[in-house]
Amino acid sequence: MTEATNSPRGQEAGSSPVPSASNGAAPFVEMRGISKRFGGVRALTDVNFTILAGEIHCLAGENGCGKSTLIKILSGVHVPNEGEIILEGKSYSHLSPAASQRFGVQIIYQDLSLFPNLSVAENIAFRHQVETPFRLTRQQAMRKQAEAVMERLKISLPLDELVGSLPIATRQLVAICRALSAQARLVVMDEPTASLTHQEVDALLATIHGLKSHGIATVFVSHRLDEVMTIAERVTVLRDGSNVGTYRVRDIDRRRLGELITGQVFESSLKAPFLTEATPALEVRGLTRQGQYAGVDLVVRPGEVLGITGRLGSGRTELALSLFGMNPPDAGEIRVNDKVVRLRNNREAIRHGIAYVSEDRLSLGLVMPQSIADNTVVSVLDRLTGALGLIDAVRRNQTIDHWIFQELRVKTSTADRPVQQLSGGNQQRVVLAKWLATEPRVLILDSPTVGVDIGAKAGIYQVIDALAARGLAIILISDEVEEVLHESHRILVMLSGRIAATYDPHRVNEQELLEAIHA
Amino acid sequence: MRKQVRLVFRHDGQLALIIAAMAIIFSIVSPAFRSTGNLVSLLENYSVMAIMAAGLLVVLISGGIDISFAAIAAVTQYVVALILINAGGNWLVAFALAAAFGGLLGVVNALLIYYLRALSVIVTISTMTCYFALLMFVTEGKSLFNLPDWFTDDLTFWSIPFPVLVAAIVLIITAFILSRLSIGRQVYGLGGNPEAAKRMGSNVLGLQCFVYGYSGLMAGIAGLVQAHRVEEVVPNALIGRELDVLAAVVLGGASLTGGIGSVSGTILGIVLLAILQNGLTLLGVSSYAFGFVTGVVILLSVSATAYTAKRQARSSARHAV
Repeated sequence: MTEATNSPRGQEAGSSPVPSASNGAAPFVEMRGISKRFGGVRALTDVNFTILAGEIHCLAGENGCGKSTLIKILSGVHVPNEGEIILEGKSYSHLSPAASQRFGVQIIYQDLSLFPNLSVAENIAFRHQVETPFRLTRQQAMRKQAEAVMERLKISLPLDELVGSLPIATRQLVAICRALSAQARLVVMDEPTASLTHQEVDALLATIHGLKSHGIATVFVSHRLDEVMTIAERVTVLRDGSNVGTYRVRDIDRRRLGELITGQVFESSLKAPFLTEATPALEVRGLTRQGQYAGVDLVVRPGEVLGITGRLGSGRTELALSLFGMNPPDAGEIRVNDKVVRLRNNREAIRHGIAYVSEDRLSLGLVMPQSIADNTVVSVLDRLTGALGLIDAVRRNQTIDHWIFQELRVKTSTADRPVQQLSGGNQQRVVLAKWLATEPRVLILDSPTVGVDIGAKAGIYQVIDALAARGLAIILISDEVEEVLHESHRILVMLSGRIAATYDPHRVNEQELLEAIHA
Repeated sequence: MRKQVRLVFRHDGQLALIIAAMAIIFSIVSPAFRSTGNLVSLLENYSVMAIMAAGLLVVLISGGIDISFAAIAAVTQYVVALILINAGGNWLVAFALAAAFGGLLGVVNALLIYYLRALSVIVTISTMTCYFALLMFVTEGKSLFNLPDWFTDDLTFWSIPFPVLVAAIVLIITAFILSRLSIGRQVYGLGGNPEAAKRMGSNVLGLQCFVYGYSGLMAGIAGLVQAHRVEEVVPNALIGRELDVLAAVVLGGASLTGGIGSVSGTILGIVLLAILQNGLTLLGVSSYAFGFVTGVVILLSVSATAYTAKRQARSSARHAV
């Protein structure tokens, strides 16, 4: 935590919101008393949202709190049932998408909506292709337009490269350039940093400040509290479709913001020191894979949570995949329960009691259209087969009941629902259930809370604690320093494929860890 | 655009190398292969396929697929031939009729795909079956032999056979549309990321009508040229050519998932298949063996593409560091 200490305020969420336009800037848009119902479901109730010209404003709240509905009303996709939208001094009951764009509102969706098979210049100037379908494309004009936008942002992009060959952070800049090329006065970014590393986030922040200097307002929708705290000037918090309030960021701290968002009080304390000297569940000596990581030594004991942090590309995920048999090392030794093992594929790893919950739960961890039940038992089907190789329905249901409902308490009425209908946090629990059903000795969690909101995060931490208490050895990989610090007994920092240092969470703070990662 | 050009060159360059190697081998082994007469008839034989490939290429780039073009070609061929036989006409009328009728049948595909929200492969397999069955039912499978003389007479321009000329013009137009017209770039956009195209304001229905209509139009012209070449209209002559054409276009680097493909690659894909088939025939290899070899070549090409894509993905992941 790096925030300055704050004046004490009431414990009750929703206290002392800031009146809008308090710093004298004119509002770019005022949304007043907005309500929206979908069928019988109230998505928004009497929400006020004011964006000042040129400010950096964050819209915060848990999944399902109505953030995206509010944004879609602003962009003209949804028509509100009640309320008014005031733009340039005129009041509108709703906006059309075209009108919204005419006023200079540009939305950058989380998926960026770029064309991977087209060049950067073509992506930035794509709007022109749409306007005149039977005209010759003017390469020169397109390039000039792209260059003009890059000039304003003081960035340089490879205009001739295909967007699909660029890293995510660069693609994001392309999306921002495209929004600006449409004379944007307000750029809304939906979860812009979800897939960025810390350095890339810093670069994005610089870009957003660049927008501000041109009088362009930025609204961003984010889960990550520390980012909100560093970027935004004001934050509007929604909970269950209603305003909690709008706050100046310098008046609150991260913990307070977390409380405002969830309506709950969280305490984050360090774990008690881990003292047992039991036989290591997993021990690695001199593990090396050319070009990915080298000379890695690590030990994790039953009941211990070992945190591994490092930048994207530091080799942390590659190492985790090797421990799970999916990326065989070139040299070194892996011991499970003091026995040397060779892990040539993930089936062997599973047999030795190693489980891996992937970073990208959506593409690697779950079959989205299938039911919670099917996803849970897929990794243990061979243990559930009875006579004639058929699946023993009773044991299948017992397994599902045990893990989904008793242990992980997934919020669902039935395990037959498709996984894609669950929230991010509950999906993450299903992934955990799937691996816990294999009854592992070692559980590798790769960025388990990415894209999960703060309330669900706390739930996942509880699960991690409970599993460790039951004697599971856990390796927690994350680039969120705060998470590693509070959830681990010991922290390894990876730097360019090597273990750069080991820390005791009680003897290091967030700032020092961050510096170690970015050394 | 430089990177795009480089990517195209990489794939095209590999294909060109393979073609050159095959041409040299066949020339050495079979003197008949390198005769001018053989090469000219080779070009002429594959011109109909090239015209259909131009249409299919556009559909593939847009992210869809068209299986019905050979059936559209057969139906259009028959209808236009009937009109020409009974009402007379000239080449201009013939082309206008073929383009309009073929294009119309293609637009029907687009409307069905858009409004039924169905997969293009399912819709076009269905329309293929319908169009062809209807043709056989109405004509009772009877061929038309009494085509007008002006239609069947051999035509050459600067000693280039008419079918080759038509194919060349059609391919140049297609290349121009795809690389220089806004609508062509939108077709690439639609294939690369349909959701983004929609959000950027592209008219998806309009684009689909354009690509499937274009494929139908090309099929109509291909049917016309085919009738001119063989001097008769046999209802089921073109059926079964779909997969050959698809193979050539995919061999030429077009992606079945959309967004990628080029006219130059398509031409090379056709040339490769043509030389392979011709060379093997001249060597006295049976046509069944040819089918097998074609299959293997396509598999090799697809795996090579997948392999380079995988390596690129890895190297760009490393770039991200």
